[in-house]
Amino acid sequence: MEAKEINPNIDRNEKVISIRGLKKAFDDFEVLKGVDLDLFKGENLVVLGRSGTGKSVLIKIISGLLQADEGSVNVLGREVGALKPRELDALRLKIGFSFQNSALYDSMTVRENLEFPLIRHAKHMTEAEREDTIQYVLEAVGLLQAINQMPSELSGGQRKRIGIARTLILKPDIMLYDEPTAGLDPITCIEINSLINEVQEKFNTSSIIITHDLTCARAVGDRIVMLLDGQFQREGTFDEVFESNDERVQSFYNYNFID
Amino acid sequence: MDLDKNKPGTASSRRRYVTTRRLDRIFVELANVYRFNARFFKEVWLPPYEFKEIIRQCYEIGVRSLPLISLTGFIIGIVFTNQSRPSLADFGATSLLPALISVAIIRAIGPLVTALIAAGRVGSAIGAELGSMRVTEQIDAMEVSATNPFKFLVVSRVLATTLMIPALTMFTTLVSLLGGYLNVHQNELTSLSVFFYQVFDAITFLDIIASSVKSVIFGYTIGMVGCYKGYNSSKGTEGVGKAANSSVVTAMFLIFIEELLIMQVINTIRAF
Ligand SMILES: Nc1ncnc2c1ncn2[C@@H]1O[C@H](COP(=O)(O)OP(=O)(O)OP(=O)(O)O)[C@@H](O)[C@H]1O
Ligand SMILES: [Mg+2]
Repeated sequence: MEAKEINPNIDRNEKVISIRGLKKAFDDFEVLKGVDLDLFKGENLVVLGRSGTGKSVLIKIISGLLQADEGSVNVLGREVGALKPRELDALRLKIGFSFQNSALYDSMTVRENLEFPLIRHAKHMTEAEREDTIQYVLEAVGLLQAINQMPSELSGGQRKRIGIARTLILKPDIMLYDEPTAGLDPITCIEINSLINEVQEKFNTSSIIITHDLTCARAVGDRIVMLLDGQFQREGTFDEVFESNDERVQSFYNYNFID
Repeated sequence: MDLDKNKPGTASSRRRYVTTRRLDRIFVELANVYRFNARFFKEVWLPPYEFKEIIRQCYEIGVRSLPLISLTGFIIGIVFTNQSRPSLADFGATSLLPALISVAIIRAIGPLVTALIAAGRVGSAIGAELGSMRVTEQIDAMEVSATNPFKFLVVSRVLATTLMIPALTMFTTLVSLLGGYLNVHQNELTSLSVFFYQVFDAITFLDIIASSVKSVIFGYTIGMVGCYKGYNSSKGTEGVGKAANSSVVTAMFLIFIEELLIMQVINTIRAF
């Protein structure tokens, strides 16, 4: 697949996320050992890394699901660790979090899943406006026909797309995608990749995309960083990152493209 | 500051135990249980109120339990009456059967049986549901969408069990008494009005209050235990099974302990 053309609308002067010296350990196991990261406005940033390197932990800290041990995590000008619950909720409304396994509410239909955030956070909307919004995001992810289905009746790729629709519905400024293409067939992967790019254009979001799928990384990333041993070791465009002679970087590349 | 953090072998030095490892864990668990309960009492008063979810849970817990509870209550009424008859017959006192049934069922059997059945049916369902929501990150998803999952999931369910278990208890008690009546009617030819006159003659107002308070506590226990176990379930499908299972076991255990304690309290009050 062709590498992505870098989005011309990126504003390199405005950081929506800025992380410095972030450390996180679970009991005795250090996962993140001093992570520095900037996300610019309008940018798609891909975070690459092997399984278990702490990619999910990183975005869970950004959204306040986990607490950092050390370091500063600044999102849209606010220090995530220092926010009061109410302030954190206000910030979370500006962040869309697409979970690794979609995390759809499985006791609710697709419509109810999408309504759930709307009912609580867009109280000014009438029922008709809500319905319009739901139809709009479902169309954006190409799954309007699934509106009355239960999550258990959908395929993995469809669930991913509904999950993305549910995070889009409140028009977030920042999207966090946790492994959007993991476990999907190549064609569905391509669909999801173009969906991510469409979201960037249509909704003018800044995104962090976590993945270990290099095809996806190349297709959606304006910039790529690589998480190795709890720190970001490589940074740049796709080609810049993989120019390295670092054995770990090369084995990552070979594993993905030689089969 | 811990200077040699990156050296291997320093792991254990960073983790200190106040007492032993196991004892520490018990204290931590107790503190968590306390905090979970405290959070319930704090959040139950604060808006937004999830009325729709509370009503849905009440239906789920109350109405859906009715068939099982009715059948069990009815059978227990018949069996208990039938098995008690011989001991009274020895003294030629079968006419006291309605009074005996009344005291036993209203004071003890009704609330206890309802609570135990609900612990099995409702407690395990809550534990499993919240457990699987935890494991599949649905609870995290609620949290990042700025919805308070504790309020939506825990407060609604605990409220529902606290309200519905007393209602179910009343129902079970009534159905059990009917079962008892049927058996007495067959054997001693007692009429319905005489039966219920004796039933209500045998108990006091205190008995009814005590049973109601008891079933409120049982209801709270069932909801709370199920929610605590499910909400804090460990990751993996194994965690879901464990949450469901220990919801039932823990709730039943606590219900018996509470029954014992409340009995003591009531006896003390009665003595005055
Ligand atoms: N809540 C937690 N409690 C304890 N350990 C955790 C927790 N969350 C993550 N970990 C540990 O942190 C490490 C990194 O986990 P993480 O989920 O971030 O990996 P990942 O990079 O997302 O991997 P994958 O690609 O498989 O999703 C893992 O070793 C995991 O065991
Ligand atoms: Mg992950």
